[in-house]
Amino acid sequence: MAKIIVVTSGKGGVGKTTSSAAIGTGIALKGHKTVIIDFDVGLRNLDLIMGCERRVVYDFVNVINKEATLSQALIKDKRTKDLFILPASQTRDKDALTVEGVQGVLEELAKEFEYIICDSPAGIEKGAQMALYFADAAIVVTNPEVSSVRDSDRILGILQSKSKRAEEGREPIEEHLLLTRYHPGRVALGEMLSVSDVEDILAIPLLGVIPESEAVLKASNQGTPVILDTESEAGLAYMDAVDRLMGEERPLRFLEVQKKGFIKRLLGG
Amino acid sequence: MTDSGFRLKGSVVTTILLEIQTFSLDDIVFHLKEKIDQVPHFFNQAPIIIDISKMKRGITIDEFELLIQSVSALGLGVIGWRCDPEALPVWKASVTIPLLPASKARSINTSPVDKENASPDVVVKTVVEERLVPQATKVITKPIRSGQQVYAEGDLIILNQVSAGAEVLADGNIHVYGALRGRALAGVKGDVDARIFCRSMEAELVSIAGNFMLSDALRNIVWKDSAQVLLVDDSLEIVPL
Repeated sequence: MAKIIVVTSGKGGVGKTTSSAAIGTGIALKGHKTVIIDFDVGLRNLDLIMGCERRVVYDFVNVINKEATLSQALIKDKRTKDLFILPASQTRDKDALTVEGVQGVLEELAKEFEYIICDSPAGIEKGAQMALYFADAAIVVTNPEVSSVRDSDRILGILQSKSKRAEEGREPIEEHLLLTRYHPGRVALGEMLSVSDVEDILAIPLLGVIPESEAVLKASNQGTPVILDTESEAGLAYMDAVDRLMGEERPLRFLEVQKKGFIKRLLGG
Repeated sequence: MTDSGFRLKGSVVTTILLEIQTFSLDDIVFHLKEKIDQVPHFFNQAPIIIDISKMKRGITIDEFELLIQSVSALGLGVIGWRCDPEALPVWKASVTIPLLPASKARSINTSPVDKENASPDVVVKTVVEERLVPQATKVITKPIRSGQQVYAEGDLIILNQVSAGAEVLADGNIHVYGALRGRALAGVKGDVDARIFCRSMEAELVSIAGNFMLSDALRNIVWKDSAQVLLVDDSLEIVPL
């Protein structure tokens, strides 16, 4: 039985697609057959982050409308074994997603895959609700600032009231908090909310804290999931988050302000 | 859920009370009809209780049955009758409609009190009366997230946090055993005795029976600490617990 994980946030630009790509890749690296679905119909981005945009022929909406088969639309990742991408349609809108259509695709994927990662669009409307409707678990991506935290709180309410699990009165969706773009220096200055501030407001278990890093932007532009950059703090923090998602214990790191070394200070770095 | 196919529940119904003082069927019907014609939609099929506890002399079963028939013929629905419990007529068991317990409501005499004029033979009083049935308390264990709204007809007990941007409302009291960061409105139907209790006061707004206070004011009184909110002489008081 496949586990369906939605990566969601409410607010846009917090790192949902970056996190979907990184976590999906991380799970596949552990040997689990994984598919990442881009639910952002009309604003297709996942293929860019994954570096497979030139290989998109058919998409999610084509499969829903039975214009293509799943095997035609699925793109096999070139770097990571066991990883597949189902891209969104760029020419359609969110109305192309129907409950029956999405359910059909997910059921078919569940036969073959262990993990299905749903990369949600921003907002709380149809696209976002479709992405979370069938989820077993949710990764709520939040930046350490008040508006992002407020929107995450809103999406948590929707997860617990408008998902299939909630409607059927089954065990609720398992919730994970992923704090991204965390800048310890700015937290120390009081310009950003701290990990404990966010945990206090949202009151859900913390999956990981991804530090603000230049490596993320670089990885996005290159079309390589940042988790593959094992030199970067962000990549390592994502790997820790994947380990925790798989039930392993990992201490939090990269939360402290790094002291600049003598040479670095001398060079004004 | 229910095997029996039905559920028994309590309910509050607003009814009209017809308090008979002197029995004169023609007068009653005449004056009652006059009242009905003024606001026909209000009286159409309206539930009515016939109260004979204020009658000076007794009434026979035949007269009473006739009265019920006449009132029904005017388009009202007679749902029961009332009598002074210490002067129950001997025929009480043979009446076809239920005997209701005596009223505790104040009656408002609509007829002009004028001692010089002869008192009218019949005074039709319409006393709109609400019988209060205690409402069940609603208990919530999950967090109330931003954008969610919870309303309870009685008291509301929340064993978790109320997030900023969430709203909790109750006709009665509100208890929040977590941080109260959203809006809490108690006594929304006007109960001035309703109160709000919380473990950590961080509310955007608290209100009792329409009297409200915003977080800016709350910050100066109790903040991030346990508190209760109550209404004293039309002004809100925030008291640390």
